[in-house]
Amino acid sequence: MWVRASMTYRVSFWMMTVAGFVIGALDFIGIWILFHTIDSMGGFSLREVAFLYGATGIGLAFADMFVGRIERLGQMIRMGDLDTMMVRPVPLLAQVCSNEFALRRLSRILLCTIVTGWASLYVEWTPMRLLVMAGMLTGGAAIFCSIFVMLACIQFLTADGVEFANAFTYGGNTITQYPLAIFPGEVVKALTFVLPLAFVNWYPALFILGRDDPFGMPQWFQFLSLVVGAAMLWLTTFVWRFGVRHYRSTGS
Amino acid sequence: MLYVAIATRAFRRYSTYVLATAAGIFTNCVFGIISCFVYMAVWEQRPDAGGYDVTDALTYVWLGQAMLMTVGMFGGGSPDDLADRIRSGDVVIDFYRPVGLLGWYLAADLGRAAYHLLTRGVGPAIVGALLFDLRFPGGPFAWVAFMLAVLLAVVVSFAMRMLVAITSFWLFDEAGPRTVLIVMNSFFTGLTVPLVLFPGALRDLAMAMPWAAMLQIPADIWLGQRAGAEVWLGLGFAAAWSAVLMLACLVLLRVAERRVVVQGG
Repeated sequence: MWVRASMTYRVSFWMMTVAGFVIGALDFIGIWILFHTIDSMGGFSLREVAFLYGATGIGLAFADMFVGRIERLGQMIRMGDLDTMMVRPVPLLAQVCSNEFALRRLSRILLCTIVTGWASLYVEWTPMRLLVMAGMLTGGAAIFCSIFVMLACIQFLTADGVEFANAFTYGGNTITQYPLAIFPGEVVKALTFVLPLAFVNWYPALFILGRDDPFGMPQWFQFLSLVVGAAMLWLTTFVWRFGVRHYRSTGS
Repeated sequence: MLYVAIATRAFRRYSTYVLATAAGIFTNCVFGIISCFVYMAVWEQRPDAGGYDVTDALTYVWLGQAMLMTVGMFGGGSPDDLADRIRSGDVVIDFYRPVGLLGWYLAADLGRAAYHLLTRGVGPAIVGALLFDLRFPGGPFAWVAFMLAVLLAVVVSFAMRMLVAITSFWLFDEAGPRTVLIVMNSFFTGLTVPLVLFPGALRDLAMAMPWAAMLQIPADIWLGQRAGAEVWLGLGFAAAWSAVLMLACLVLLRVAERRVVVQGG
């Protein structure tokens, strides 16, 4: 339904789809321009950064496509839409997320796939590396999904504060676009143990690209993406249930 | 006086959303800090990239975060209200007000910009200055010139957002053009990468387009990269683009007005 609805304003729809693609492209061209002045960033080449960029982009784009609409939770609460959804015999989370399913995010996935594909041409592939890659993409999407949903749960209490969540989702996407080697060790530790964004691309990419960990973290971290993703999803179900239980309608 | 009244009301309207503002400042800071580490990595390799030193580059990051909401790089502001009113038909009321439509909306957007400058602008800048070693304008002249440049930046950005909103008269849904504008905004203002780092011809092109007036020119005045006559040149450039774009808004509104009347509102 939503897919068809967005096709109604045809010019606008296509402009948005193309724009989605170009936003990503210009974002990456920005990095390319930076590399126009330097040869490597934190010891990583443009191709290696492109690999990181594409991998986190795919993870975020899938998460955004599946659960991104949850950002609007606050608005749904204020408008009272959530109350309507609660009495329907379909899982609440599925309803919230499919509300205005945005097809245009596909363009973002396409772009990030191209970037990753280009970077992958220079990787020496082994079966093990392919396996880690599959785990990385699935785990990455799962981690971003969890962060989207968990942060949205704050809105059960405040019915506001979407921008706060942006700092972690889009901010998390931005920080993982670059090799974590350029950040202080404390940041990397926080992204490993507190908000496990480093598992979205950094650790598995170190394995795939055959690089040593500049921070000397255990090597088995590089195989953990899928496990971390699953753990995050599991944790998310608790946070979501807690949020729903503590939800009080605004009465509107 | 009327315009001052409109601007103050717009200022107050935005100041009701305290939590959203606080969350926004937090987001600005997160992105600012990330960019600082990226730029430090770049300027470590090329200490004079784009004619900036590392202090200039880090200051530029926070100027970018401060200007982001002030000039409405991601859209928003009074032109969004206009787009809604065009879709609903309420715009006819705007047309028969005894005040020019463009002036009305500009005043509202300047009020919004003042609010965002004081909160989303000054807030992240203070955090940035506490965390990193930043540069400040050299003297009163640079401060005044910077504030003028910011004012012109808001007008240029307002006019472009307004042009997008006006397309609603024909497209009925301005989301597409708006997204295109946001894309252009974040790239050609130099928010993603400073324009001074752009290679050769792309740099010249970017420097000649109106987006240069939205961040690069104010930033260069702040950093002292533009001094003396260069400051006037920069301000003149911004003023010229403001005039051209505002004129375009006026003409398009005139055309649109006819169209609305023909349809019977």
